[in-house]
Amino acid sequence: MTREVDVKLLTDNIKEMCIEATHFLTPDMDAALKKATLEEEAPLGKQVLEQLQENLKIAGKEMIPICQDTGMAVVFLEVGQDVHFVGGDVMDAVNEGVRRGYVDGFLRKSVVKDPIIRENTKDNTPAILHTEIVPGDKVKITVAPKGFGSENKSRIFMLTPADGIEGVKDAVLTAVKDAGPNACPPMVIGVGIGGTFEKCALLAKKALTRNVSVRSEIPYVKELEEELLEKINRSGIGPGGLGGKTTALAVNINTYPTHIAGLPVAINICCHVNRHAVREI
Amino acid sequence: MDRKIQVPISKEDAKSLKVGDYVYLTGTIYSARDAAHKRMSDSIAKGEKLPLDMEGNVIYYMGPSPAREGRPIGSAGPTTAGRMDPYVPTLLDMGMGGMIGKGKRTQDVVDGIVRNGAVYFAAVGGAGALLSQCIKSSEVIAYDDLGPEAIRKLEVVDMPVVVVIDSEGNDLYKIAIEKYKKD
Repeated sequence: MTREVDVKLLTDNIKEMCIEATHFLTPDMDAALKKATLEEEAPLGKQVLEQLQENLKIAGKEMIPICQDTGMAVVFLEVGQDVHFVGGDVMDAVNEGVRRGYVDGFLRKSVVKDPIIRENTKDNTPAILHTEIVPGDKVKITVAPKGFGSENKSRIFMLTPADGIEGVKDAVLTAVKDAGPNACPPMVIGVGIGGTFEKCALLAKKALTRNVSVRSEIPYVKELEEELLEKINRSGIGPGGLGGKTTALAVNINTYPTHIAGLPVAINICCHVNRHAVREI
Repeated sequence: MDRKIQVPISKEDAKSLKVGDYVYLTGTIYSARDAAHKRMSDSIAKGEKLPLDMEGNVIYYMGPSPAREGRPIGSAGPTTAGRMDPYVPTLLDMGMGGMIGKGKRTQDVVDGIVRNGAVYFAAVGGAGALLSQCIKSSEVIAYDDLGPEAIRKLEVVDMPVVVVIDSEGNDLYKIAIEKYKKD
């Protein structure tokens, strides 16, 4: 049976989700930051984390965005194959949601129309839209506004099969150490391993929307996530790059089959404002 | 060491600050980021006057979110300083007293800081709501068409920052990693 879904629902939800994600962290992120604040021992590092706690309180209470870089709006739509969208164009509806969220929500407009000419679009559109067809008759919407302090430090490495798991570890640690204070640590590290060039980057992006307290179900990936997090937190970079043991809150890795000749690794770095809101309609 | 410093910053104050000092800034600062730096650089190349006198002034690398009604500014945390680096040595040589941002700087900037007895402060990246509370007024003084990238004159009270590069060229980011790394 086909279910009709009015695209207006996409607009209304995405508007609210842009505002929600930029003012409130998800419970898993909030808990991870609170735990780090209690456990950090370096004096300046602890002070940074305490400021971030205070910042989150002010953001929620006064409705001031957690960070002034309210990002470029990355939207994932997982569309049930029995859904039939009515009432307009899906891309237009998504962009209208972003437009209303950023204009009505007092969010910063950080998008330029052309990468070279660089004229601001003044409403933060267009969104970056990723769609996926899945079984069922529901639509899962994920809105993940992405700031560019950390996005700029993200990397992709086209490794060879001979580089193996040690090559993957080197790639991740290289990216994180190079990012250092620029990416607003404590960071969350989204990693994609496998697929093709573009699939790998998307795996890394999606990994950032995963719960930071849940490890991969694949045994070797779970171990890799834990080992990399420990190594990153031994780097000394610390909160704000001012030193300490809290450089990252989580390493989330997604994998996918790949070609016999390749081992793509993408590292999408996110700051401590790892924003996303998820709804199903 | 905790310090309270007036801005614009005097040469004596700038030179007295040491890497790792926790500083509360009070007075007037100016915001400028990528596009504003490019415009100022173009103006300098053409021999035009800049929209602000650099002498002793502290530039905050920041583009705020819009202010809600009744507030001077929206979220107002630092952006990555390194993107401004190509433009910075010239501004330091014109007397700029300091910068507030986050992240690493090039050796050219460090040399400019030492040469001119300036200072580089870090504010906590991603603490834009908290930092907005220290900004008591905000006025666009140039490049209004750049929206969040316009140059703003900001009155701040007890704005919390940390000295990351001092007038002797010491770099807290490097010192911190050496101190806290465990390998």
